[in-house]
Amino acid sequence: MANITDKISKLFPQAVIEGDTNPVVTISNEQWHDLALALRDDADLKMDYLVTIVGMDWTENLGCIYYLMSTTYNNIIGVKVLAQGDRAMPYIASVADVWNVAVTYEREVYDFFGIVFIGNPDMRRLFLNIDWVGYPLRKDYDENPALNPISTESERQTDFTDVYTLVDGKVEKHQERIFEKEDFVVNIGPQHPATHGVLRFRTAVDGETIKKIDVYCGYIHRGIEKLCESLSYPQTLHFMDRMDYFSAHNYHHALCMLYEKAAGIEISRRAQVIRVLMDELSRIASHCLFIGTYCMDLGATTMLFYTLRVREQILDIMEKTCGARMTFNYDCIGGVMQDLASDFVEDVKALLSVLPKNIKEYNEVFTGNVIARNRMEGVGVLSREDAIAYGITGPSGRASGWACDMRKLQPYSIYAELDFEEVVATEGDSMARFKCRLREIEESAKIISQLIDNIPDGEYCVKVPKLIKLPAGSWFQVTEGCRGAFGLYLESDGSAKPYRLKVAPPCLPQACVVDHITRGQKIADLITIGGSLDYIVPDIDR
Amino acid sequence: MQDFSFITTWIDNSLRSLMPGWLTVTVECLLIGVGLLLVYALLALFYIYYERKLCAAFQCRLGPNRVGPWGLLQSFADMFKMLIKEIIHLNHIDRFLFALAPYLVIIASMLAFACLPWGNGIQVIDFNIGIFFLIAVSSIGVLGILLAGWSSNNKFTLIGSLRSGAQMVSYELSIGLSVITMVCLAGTMSVEGIVAEQQDLWFIFKGHVPAIIAFVIYLIAGTAETNRGPFDLPEAESELTAGYHTEYSGMHFGFFYLAEYLNLFIVSGVAALLFFGGWMPLHIPGWDGFNHIMDYIPSVVWFIGKAIVLSFVIIWFKWTFPRLRIDQLLALEWKYLLPINLVNLVLMVLIITFNWHF
Amino acid sequence: MEVTTKSMPYEAWKDNEYIEKLVNELRESGTNIVVGSLDKLINWGRSNSIWPLTFATSCCGIEFVSLGAARFDMARFGWEVARSSPRQADFMMVAGTIVNRMVPVFRRLYDQLAEPKYVIACGSCAISGGPFRKSYHVAKGIEDIVPVDVFVPGCPPRPEAMIYGIMQLSRKIKVERFFGGVNRQEKQKEFLAAHPVEGVED
Repeated sequence: MANITDKISKLFPQAVIEGDTNPVVTISNEQWHDLALALRDDADLKMDYLVTIVGMDWTENLGCIYYLMSTTYNNIIGVKVLAQGDRAMPYIASVADVWNVAVTYEREVYDFFGIVFIGNPDMRRLFLNIDWVGYPLRKDYDENPALNPISTESERQTDFTDVYTLVDGKVEKHQERIFEKEDFVVNIGPQHPATHGVLRFRTAVDGETIKKIDVYCGYIHRGIEKLCESLSYPQTLHFMDRMDYFSAHNYHHALCMLYEKAAGIEISRRAQVIRVLMDELSRIASHCLFIGTYCMDLGATTMLFYTLRVREQILDIMEKTCGARMTFNYDCIGGVMQDLASDFVEDVKALLSVLPKNIKEYNEVFTGNVIARNRMEGVGVLSREDAIAYGITGPSGRASGWACDMRKLQPYSIYAELDFEEVVATEGDSMARFKCRLREIEESAKIISQLIDNIPDGEYCVKVPKLIKLPAGSWFQVTEGCRGAFGLYLESDGSAKPYRLKVAPPCLPQACVVDHITRGQKIADLITIGGSLDYIVPDIDR
Repeated sequence: MQDFSFITTWIDNSLRSLMPGWLTVTVECLLIGVGLLLVYALLALFYIYYERKLCAAFQCRLGPNRVGPWGLLQSFADMFKMLIKEIIHLNHIDRFLFALAPYLVIIASMLAFACLPWGNGIQVIDFNIGIFFLIAVSSIGVLGILLAGWSSNNKFTLIGSLRSGAQMVSYELSIGLSVITMVCLAGTMSVEGIVAEQQDLWFIFKGHVPAIIAFVIYLIAGTAETNRGPFDLPEAESELTAGYHTEYSGMHFGFFYLAEYLNLFIVSGVAALLFFGGWMPLHIPGWDGFNHIMDYIPSVVWFIGKAIVLSFVIIWFKWTFPRLRIDQLLALEWKYLLPINLVNLVLMVLIITFNWHF
Repeated sequence: MEVTTKSMPYEAWKDNEYIEKLVNELRESGTNIVVGSLDKLINWGRSNSIWPLTFATSCCGIEFVSLGAARFDMARFGWEVARSSPRQADFMMVAGTIVNRMVPVFRRLYDQLAEPKYVIACGSCAISGGPFRKSYHVAKGIEDIVPVDVFVPGCPPRPEAMIYGIMQLSRKIKVERFFGGVNRQEKQKEFLAAHPVEGVED
């Protein structure tokens, strides 16, 4: 880490660097774009993956914290940039030309904080509709429902994007057309069976060929980040179940770990093992459902029923222990809510014994099928460079040859001592994404079989105070959900409520890359590609 | 073999003794029309039930089992509901074509229905170009689908109907060519004649290699003709919501729904006619005792039974295979099925010329 | 006249006061024998064939998928014909949170359903906003947007609860009248008059 900070301070002597393990660099807005380029291109830094942009409102000023990760050296740094200008029109230089995914992240920050990014080609709101009054995550946001009433009239829609430029120190706005005038634009979603929830693609097509896609999110934006700011720490946990409801355990685990790290709570080995077991079980369940719904999208409905069979079996195991089929709310600060059910081990072993048979069946019914192969092979190819630039993590990123499994890169909990293989493919097409998930089921099964016989005794939850107060400070961590890198940023002001809890879900970049990889493909391929990326819409929108 | 023509002759004679000739013909036409409609509706409802049960079986489920014994009345309930469901009137559409489209689809399948060889002596019309007529009228259906998609003023329906147009026109070729292959073997286009030719042995056995190739191609093309999976692109649920009939509600949608299942029956019926002897029982040359026993099973049962078994195969396709993409679909037809079919036709002619068939 | 469900004792179903009230109303008003039996036939058809619209926004939608799968198999009741086009569906299962931006889309979907149409509010988000009630961007229950027939609580409701909910809907349909005095539709008209959408008639 020291060499990174040295390097940065050599290049930019004005930069202020704090922290050791995850250093945070503070830089002025004028130098930010140069620093960004240097961070990405310098041979010693190679910060080519933008994990997330955390918008911040420190009441006296607004700003952003950019979290970057190097795919070569595998270290994380944060860059803090304060916005220039007053609260009416704060602005920061855009880095959309440095990391492609920044286009979307900057839109998100603009939507929540009203910070304008100079030079971003698409500076519209991301989640809220264009007539929304106010920027909800600002501390002085007026929540009066009369300002933004619920209306049954169709929202206003524009065919133009906003672009902001800086002319003589003044921010100026101009508009650019999204689609050509003569384009045939088909509106796919928000109510459409293929979008897996309420996502909307405005698709310009030429016959059956796709020319351009404009993605609209926000049809299930529930304002989780803002809600968290008014709740105590244990109360914020349950939202993690409801974002990516298939990674409920994984997200819960991540947030609990973050709080425990911040509060300095050590949890027992037994709780660690239980958490990892649950994570991997839900990974299997999640991938099973992916295979099913994906095959259904491609028209092979029957596969859904075969994969749901395994999922139901896992849900039974979870239900016995956690008491619910979904939204488990199982992990809590200090461990887990209750001990494992008495026949947990037995049930998991029964599951492990039927898994290979089922995977074989899936391969026989679907993977080897000539139609399925023609539909998936070579469709929606995402190169490794693009995967990194667009921040596509999880099985989708690994299918493009980017070893981005946070369980290996940033080992947390007990993953460092477990023996499992990181599934990586090189083709980057839909078939590779499909196969990666199939193989990850096997790897998860391997992890479970290592742990299931050695669940240590001990308490499942350590004693923690009823009212948890975290010391003032900020923490950032990346873990692996079922769909990719799940980033969490926490800033505490020392009270019992988080000052800011930023959730960086893996699905948002995946939805935004759809435009890039579907151009020139057929409409039917949009469904193939969208399905293979396996995004969960509530996870995108939060 | 039971000949059912005595019933029709009896009805004809008794009517003629009661009324003048022109009235007799009118009354008979009416009777046949009503009878056909009834059979049509019943078969469609049976097929809906059949598919739902089969699909459930493939998916390890039970399927409808609560309405009536074994859920038999489920599709009746559906039909009752559909009959009285609101037909939504849309603005900004071509009203005439919008209303016409479902009737075109249903008329096409009705007309094709009339030519099928139901049993010994109970075929509705038989004339020397029967099978040709059947192919001709069944392609009226595509017009209905095109009109439905066009007149709805909806982008999804438009894409759906254009897909359907491309698909139907292409696969009509394969169906036509495989039918011609079998007509060569039969030497006649009359439906009755084709059945009669299979007195000794069904064509699938008689014509061996080329007949089997023609059968496989016919089955693939027939599945495509009925817009069923894996060729269900015009109504691809996951891509185009409900395809060309997205905007249809109530009984208008019901017509499309019924016609889909009836087309399934017609395609399997024609396959039964061309390859499995129509209503002709299974006869094996030389096994007189066996043939005699087979004759005891009524011809209607033979025909419908064959059609249902063949439909099973087509339904099986649907619940197993993923959907093709439009370019793959067209490539399959024009690059593979059509050349194979043409070669197969030549092969069949050679076999007939040199008398290599059984 | 009683609302009966196949292979379910009437006593097991007596818990729904609303339906008992409707039955009593019907009993009192009396009915013509021909029209009455036609009504019965129609209601038999309608109540046994309720096709859902494939509509889901979040977690509850996944439980709805489970409802279709082999374990719970809604096909037994004839509900498995999920239509993607609202014109062909009979009811919509509002499975998940409805947020401000979704409200116009959701209302349009409802308007696009063909009569007779029903709505089941499934899960606490659809009923009241659930855990997100305090959010700036969540509709606090769908009752203000469309008329709701059945509420199924839970977060998400178990598939069994969904089956129960749809069965209650089926019972409710059984006490409707096609000829004259359609008790539910009167309420719907009142509701729609009170919650108009610009540019949509009826």
